[in-house]
Amino acid sequence: MKRIINELKLRLPAVSVNEAVARSVISAFTASANPTVEELGDLRCAVSEAVTNCIVHAYKDIPDRSVGYIYISARLYDTREVTVEISDNGCGIENVEEARTPAFSTGEPSERCGMGFLVMESFTDSLSVKSRPGKGTTVLMRKILKP
Amino acid sequence: MIKYPRKKASLKGNIKMKEDVIFIERKGELVARLLPDIDHHTCRIMREKIDLKLFENKPERLVLDFTEVGFMDSSGLGLILGRVEKASSLNATVVVRGLSESHMRIVRLSGLDRVKNLTLK
Repeated sequence: MKRIINELKLRLPAVSVNEAVARSVISAFTASANPTVEELGDLRCAVSEAVTNCIVHAYKDIPDRSVGYIYISARLYDTREVTVEISDNGCGIENVEEARTPAFSTGEPSERCGMGFLVMESFTDSLSVKSRPGKGTTVLMRKILKP
Repeated sequence: MIKYPRKKASLKGNIKMKEDVIFIERKGELVARLLPDIDHHTCRIMREKIDLKLFENKPERLVLDFTEVGFMDSSGLGLILGRVEKASSLNATVVVRGLSESHMRIVRLSGLDRVKNLTLK
């Protein structure tokens, strides 16, 4: 039965400066488990992608974007597992499976590659995406650090 | 009262946290040294600066230097791809250099190393 060693809850406005803030917070949180440089880099990348998705998409339909929030919670277990959950209550995703296919993008073509979910999947051990149109999206990623 | 030594202004010491691209212009070549972490936020300003310089100078070659870049996510790939597109419209080639092993992880994931008109060093 795994135990929680540490956890955090963070709420940030969905503005792009906070991509770096989220990365730094998750870095600091995970650092206590002494990950390898690669593991930490991967997790930072995955978190950066999830947070960016939130900022670019979740609240694009409301006129004043800064009102929307990103909710980040993270847990560290005694099994060296880190879980990070990133959620919003924005516009949600119509078709999650389609959104998760590589190169699918609803952003500005050639500046947004549609790689966010691919990166998240490749750099973590498991990824779950739950979303309902109009209700928001929750991305939960798990990474198991080497002993 | 503590007296602080006066620092001479120098180009080296003036790189602030918010500095994002340093340009080196040579004959036929424009080098863009990218500085901070590259994410969706920093990308926006960087690409405007690079595009402006690119269209001003119209070099034969655009070099994107990632040597000093720490963190990079898929926005960095979008940055490269977008510049390749813009440079192609000017018949310029794009060379990317200084990618670290951690950058290469995400580059290989995207297959960017197989895009034509683009050389990775």
